[in-house]
Amino acid sequence: MTAISPELAAKVSAARERLDAHVRDIIEWHFNPATGCPFWLEKAKTLGFDPRKAVQNYDDLKKFPSFEDEWLRGGPIQRWIPQGLKGKPVYVFETGGTTGIPKSRMQIDDWKTDYEMFSETLPDDKFPKGSNWLMLGPSGPRRLRLAVEHLAQFRGGISFCVDLDPRWVVKLIKRGNMKEMEAYRDHVIDQAITILSAGHDIKCMFTTPKLLEALAMKLMDQGSSIRETGITGIFSGGTEFTPQWYRFAMDELLDGVFMTPTYGNTLMGLACGKPFDPADNYKITYFAPQPRAVIEVVEFKDYNQLVGYGQTGRVKLTTLTKETFIPGFMERDEGERELPFDKYPWDGISGTRPFHEFAKTTTVGVY
Amino acid sequence: MLEIPVIRWGKPYESLEKTEVVHFETGEVLAKVHQANGGMLKMDRRHAARARDALRQIPIDQLIGMAAKAGDLYLNATLPLGTGTQSPAEFCKMQSATTGLPEHMCAANMKKNYFVLTHMREILDALTRGLPLDIFTRGYGTEDRGVMLSYQANSPVLGMVLPSNSPGVHTLWMPVIPLQIGLVIKPGSQEIWTPFRMAEAFCQAGVPREAIAIYPGGHDVGAAVMETCDRTMIFGGLQTIEKYQGNPKVQVHGPGFSKILLGDDVVDNWRDYLDLMADSIVLNSGRGCINCSGIWVSRHGAEIADALAQRLGPIGPLPSTDPKAALAPFTVPGQADAVSAQIDEGCQQEGVTEVTAKYRNGPRLEKRERCDYLRPTIVHCTSPEPTLANSEYMFPFTAVVDCPQEKMLSSIGQTLVCTAITNNPKFSQQLLDATHIDRLNIGPVKTLALNWLQPHEGNIIDFLFRNRSFQTSPPPAH
Repeated sequence: MTAISPELAAKVSAARERLDAHVRDIIEWHFNPATGCPFWLEKAKTLGFDPRKAVQNYDDLKKFPSFEDEWLRGGPIQRWIPQGLKGKPVYVFETGGTTGIPKSRMQIDDWKTDYEMFSETLPDDKFPKGSNWLMLGPSGPRRLRLAVEHLAQFRGGISFCVDLDPRWVVKLIKRGNMKEMEAYRDHVIDQAITILSAGHDIKCMFTTPKLLEALAMKLMDQGSSIRETGITGIFSGGTEFTPQWYRFAMDELLDGVFMTPTYGNTLMGLACGKPFDPADNYKITYFAPQPRAVIEVVEFKDYNQLVGYGQTGRVKLTTLTKETFIPGFMERDEGERELPFDKYPWDGISGTRPFHEFAKTTTVGVY
Repeated sequence: MLEIPVIRWGKPYESLEKTEVVHFETGEVLAKVHQANGGMLKMDRRHAARARDALRQIPIDQLIGMAAKAGDLYLNATLPLGTGTQSPAEFCKMQSATTGLPEHMCAANMKKNYFVLTHMREILDALTRGLPLDIFTRGYGTEDRGVMLSYQANSPVLGMVLPSNSPGVHTLWMPVIPLQIGLVIKPGSQEIWTPFRMAEAFCQAGVPREAIAIYPGGHDVGAAVMETCDRTMIFGGLQTIEKYQGNPKVQVHGPGFSKILLGDDVVDNWRDYLDLMADSIVLNSGRGCINCSGIWVSRHGAEIADALAQRLGPIGPLPSTDPKAALAPFTVPGQADAVSAQIDEGCQQEGVTEVTAKYRNGPRLEKRERCDYLRPTIVHCTSPEPTLANSEYMFPFTAVVDCPQEKMLSSIGQTLVCTAITNNPKFSQQLLDATHIDRLNIGPVKTLALNWLQPHEGNIIDFLFRNRSFQTSPPPAH
């Protein structure tokens, strides 16, 4: 292991203890018949061990079999609602779904909590409290749409949004219908420019790398810029948010407007990027919102084995909230394991990109 | 270590993302290639008009001279390449090392490119049917017989998504710079060498650097080329062809399914054409779209297949430095296995016999540590129905197909180069009328023997320019 300072080592150790304690609480909650959800209570019967006794720390989660993607597809969605949260208003958020049944996650307050935590990481001078937002991303059954609106409200603002169906975009690309895809993208950008020009005093924006490019260039074509629209802070994310793209955007698209990278999804919440440091040469390192979610970078051939720091592996995600328990979900991404950091004293990940075995078949749309 | 930057309208750009190009046999890293991103092209598109403006400052006549000088530099000079330099011999070695093509074939391709660059005047004269070339600069002019003409550039630049495995295709875009159209190039990931060397040669010969952009990169870069350029040339497989077929903004190049047809009047003398047939199959390692993949005859099919198999079957892999090397390896893992399996499956169909097997002294598929070879394969099909009767692979492969002459044209399908050997006027006329044949040779011409004065898959003049009406005075009363 690469050496870290004694101070940081102490923080890492304390964070690990908090994580282990959190794991015990979460396991007790999800496998107690009074509070757990039907799915896990039923699954417990087939595990061959009693999680409430056998799982005492984070490493003990390896005793669970691999979490299967397919368990998240189809209903009834109620099987995921913990007894302890029964009666609360439930949201369903979906991922995928261009063809076939999408994966879905039921949520009550997790999405709000995740974005409230994320809000704490945003610099107020770039994302001023009370200012309005533009959510230039997917609408429909995606968590992002509501989450960004909540983020805006949490920070005292109002969020404007556009209509964007990413499933349609993926279908157009798969059909090779690029002209239609471009027309749809232009339609989305037109909506954004209309909102930005309508006097709503929008200063903050979420968008995707492709849409940011399209927006910036459309504005340039009109003799304007992102800065001139009044936007001062952008957060953006996805596997296309590479160091090279980050630099390209900073150098050529943003005209000095602040942008911060994020990595997230419906299962995990939102991982935060290490603050921009010129010394990092645009390397983007993310840290999961531990202990609510944990990212590990694991060997391609053994998902229970962490890779060394700086080494490449597949992203393994564990979600540990009272609403959702997902141990060891293998993400469709890979990246490099990064050292803990003062602000986030646990492992990070950099260079996230589509898992090489899936990359050939992954269609990246506008979102 | 050689590092090759992105070229943005002549200016080198160092990217944070680099890919390594490696020797297919040794794994040695030959260069690090800086990678563009799609957004970069979209940003640079805004300055595309400058490329044509800069080129239009130089008369076409002068650009033709520069092309000739560039040809000489490309063939003979040590030219700057990224952080280093590259001699002609190093060029051949590197191109061979990353594409698998034997070095002597790389050298032959250099000469082909040189020929085109040094015969640009004749080529443009042929492709424009002798028009005064300043018509393309000004957009209009009067031709020798006094008729007003207008040719308007469809795009200030030509975008190109080039292949990784066929160094032979570059001749297609060489007339573009002399026509005062800029270049936006996405080189193939394994064949970065020709675009960079050619661009440097052009610039050293006096072509303005701002006329050429080279963007190595991934799929998003290819997509951005297609999106941002109003005229693009793309190379790919059948899927790519289907995707862009009929799109007037795209000239798509892919498998050629090139063929030799022996008419009933000459087929009994098939031995006279054995050299022609064998060369059409095997030259350039059978890799090109202009290599023959089908020989269609009404009789003697089995004998012809056997004679070709005797000649080509024994050909095996040799080191890429060997001047006798005739085979290029497959450097993409699994590709040769898949192709060989497809052929084996095809041979299970009724009426298909692989004839080479008995002359080969070994299997078709020869696996090596970092690459695989497929040895020449000749099959005999007793009818046009089997799948292999109309298949093309990237190695010396041909089906000898039994087919009555009167059914040939309705059975051969889309054909890039058709060499028909016949003296029958009626059959010749039918061949001339067949719209599914692109390049037609009537007579004993190897399918690879291209005359650069002839258009290839469409005339590039028609692709880059629009012949439209233009008047400066009222037409005669009528």
